Amino acid sequence: MSVRRLAEDTVQPASFAFNAQNAAWAEATIKKYPKGREQSAVIPLLMRAQEQDGWVTKAAIESVADMLGMAYIRVLEVATFYTQFQLAPVGTRAHVQVCGTTPCMLRGAEDLIKVCKSRIHAEPFHLNETGTLSWEEVECQGACVNAPMVMIFKDTFEDLTPERLEEIIDSFDAGRGAEITPGPQIDRVYSAPEGGLTSLTTPDAEPKKAPARKAEKDAVSVPPSNAAKPRTDADETDPALKTPATAKVEAAANAEVKGDTRAEGGATASKKAAKPALDDPNRPAAVERPAAPDDLKLISGVGPKIEGILHELGIFTFAQVAAWRENERAWVDSYLNFKGRIDRDDWVRQADALARGGEAEYIRVFGKKPR
Amino acid sequence: MLKDQDRIFTNIYGLKDKSLRGAMARGHWDGTKQLLEKGRDWIVNEVKASGLRGRGGAGFPTGLKWSFMPKESDGRPHYLVVNADESEPGTCKDRDIMRHDPHTLIEGCVVASFAMGAHTAFIYVRGEFIREREALQAAIDECYDAGLLGKNNKLGYDIDIVVHHGAGAYICGEETALLESLEGKKGQPRLKPPFPANMGLYGCPTTVNNVESIAVTPTILRRGAAWYTGFGRQNNHGTKLYSISGHVNRPCTVEEAMSIPFHELIEKHCGGIRGGWDNLLAVIPGGSSVPCVPGAQMKDAIMDYDGLRELGSGLGTAAVIVMDKSTDIVKAIWRLSAFYKHESCGQCTPCREGTGWMMRVMERMVKGNAQKREIDMLFQVSKQIEGHTICALGDAAAWPVQGLIKHFRPEMEKRIDQYTANAMAHGAVLEAAE
Repeated sequence: MSVRRLAEDTVQPASFAFNAQNAAWAEATIKKYPKGREQSAVIPLLMRAQEQDGWVTKAAIESVADMLGMAYIRVLEVATFYTQFQLAPVGTRAHVQVCGTTPCMLRGAEDLIKVCKSRIHAEPFHLNETGTLSWEEVECQGACVNAPMVMIFKDTFEDLTPERLEEIIDSFDAGRGAEITPGPQIDRVYSAPEGGLTSLTTPDAEPKKAPARKAEKDAVSVPPSNAAKPRTDADETDPALKTPATAKVEAAANAEVKGDTRAEGGATASKKAAKPALDDPNRPAAVERPAAPDDLKLISGVGPKIEGILHELGIFTFAQVAAWRENERAWVDSYLNFKGRIDRDDWVRQADALARGGEAEYIRVFGKKPR
Repeated sequence: MLKDQDRIFTNIYGLKDKSLRGAMARGHWDGTKQLLEKGRDWIVNEVKASGLRGRGGAGFPTGLKWSFMPKESDGRPHYLVVNADESEPGTCKDRDIMRHDPHTLIEGCVVASFAMGAHTAFIYVRGEFIREREALQAAIDECYDAGLLGKNNKLGYDIDIVVHHGAGAYICGEETALLESLEGKKGQPRLKPPFPANMGLYGCPTTVNNVESIAVTPTILRRGAAWYTGFGRQNNHGTKLYSISGHVNRPCTVEEAMSIPFHELIEKHCGGIRGGWDNLLAVIPGGSSVPCVPGAQMKDAIMDYDGLRELGSGLGTAAVIVMDKSTDIVKAIWRLSAFYKHESCGQCTPCREGTGWMMRVMERMVKGNAQKREIDMLFQVSKQIEGHTICALGDAAAWPVQGLIKHFRPEMEKRIDQYTANAMAHGAVLEAAE
């Protein structure tokens, strides 16, 4: 147990209030917990107060207690129990937390502490002369395979040497801390062994799927291929047809004699059942599959399934979609049974932007990322 | 050696797509709905059959723990709490799960919550894991957007996942202390019974599981208990994330099969011991809380719960801390005593006073400024702490010291002799006996 007390009254500010953004965040955070259990939010709120002010002030403790309907002493208990809360001001540009527990000690954390002592202050929790830096020795930070390490605010700097730590401290002192990439400071990927992987080296392993379920899923989701169907005028060969052609024609004829509103319903119904013929003159021109087809899924409204159908129709590039005329759009729309969605989503304009300048152009035109 | 296709955490190094889409491409979230449709009992029985033991250190069978939850709700909600307060020195496996493969954990939360009738899961992340928490929250938001979480989701089971965090208290890794902390109090462990399965978070039935235990379950269910029991020895089945730190040539975190020999683990993944195997002094094989094992015994050790228990130690969290002969072993253990002194919650007297006492005696042992009989006294005091506290922190503080005395007593005595021989140099004044 460590004895932790609030800072002297001389440094305590008179009041505390969350700024607008943090206040909204706090309200949302309190709502995450069941009704009557608002007290649960005490640690997150104190932590946010610390982020805002740099340390936990007495005023912040009282303010959080009021927000959560807790007695001051209960929040004070929490603030003094958890060692991540800084109860006195720390360095404004960096508070260096050096992990000194055994795994880091074995890899040279003591040398890092020496650096802090000579570079910042001989004692932990003391500000340097300009008030920009401070340091402390903390217990295990959970980055043991990347030992030794320090934590500065939200980021960890791992696999350190004393020289590298000095550089990092200098950068933070100069206000350029953001320029340093957090994580391992040597040539290494996170917690993977230095000098190359010893596991997970198989390139993109096949997705793990139970074969039985896969087959079942395929059966329901993927439409049968039209590749082997002969291309004729005959209705019977239309893959969308499930009933004899005559019945369809009759149904369509029936629908047409009814009143205007009904006719529309009837027409859609027959469209649903019978796709327009593939050799219709309105069908957009197909091309051979290019070596690198465009990712049509970037068009809002096109998913992997629709993309597959478009590929079957010989449509592989944005330029093709961008060039569709009205009658062609209508044909594709009815082929996909989309009820006008191509025009509603404005595929042509989207495809045009994507064809001209890819994602960047899309963002420029539509003000958002594709999809 | 474990093959890549048998690894559960396929993106543990963060080299692949971390998004939901990427996770799905690697086979996560595949057929989760069908898994749920098989029912609670099937899931619990399958997890029991897989022999999965809790990965947080104690090694309690996960399926059995799940089955302790009441079958029918008595009106109180059930909760799943995931213990991501990874603070055990040497351990850094959950960190990689959360920042690089978070969807394993999220899917696991869904499956586990379903298996125990919980509609809310809390993930308690340690306060220092800020970037990890952000990564996890981003992945959860992604799942909400994709309709996998929340009310009326695609899986047909209402589930909310709330990410909570601590603020730097090791003790909150103890399950009841974690619940106290989650309720917004000091993290001081509760007396048991009542156990959390009856009276846990907010007085409701609760199960607390480690991140890794939860994250592996969906894959076990998908691939079957038989696949999982194919790894490791009897009672020690499965795969495990080992984090190897200290004096190896290339420290790393790696997923390997249980019961892998220590020698193979180090040679395959860590490039051997610094300075060769003859330079190995001692190993702490399961995080700071287990006793150390001398290097000579460790070389052929089997890395699983039973294999390490035979050596008088334990697998713990499989956080292997390797020490070569350049290590001051007494100082290394003193540092652990300092850690436990710092992290004791202060609730039980034996632990609050004892950890500080042990640290101070150890401090003198490091210099050799002690009597040899004090070694026995230190051992005796550690025995008086062990088992006399509410939670296991007292035990955890006592074991490293006991391990040191058991295996390295000659080293401690040698140091005392040296100090005594040089007593004049330390300023001792000889006085004639009257």
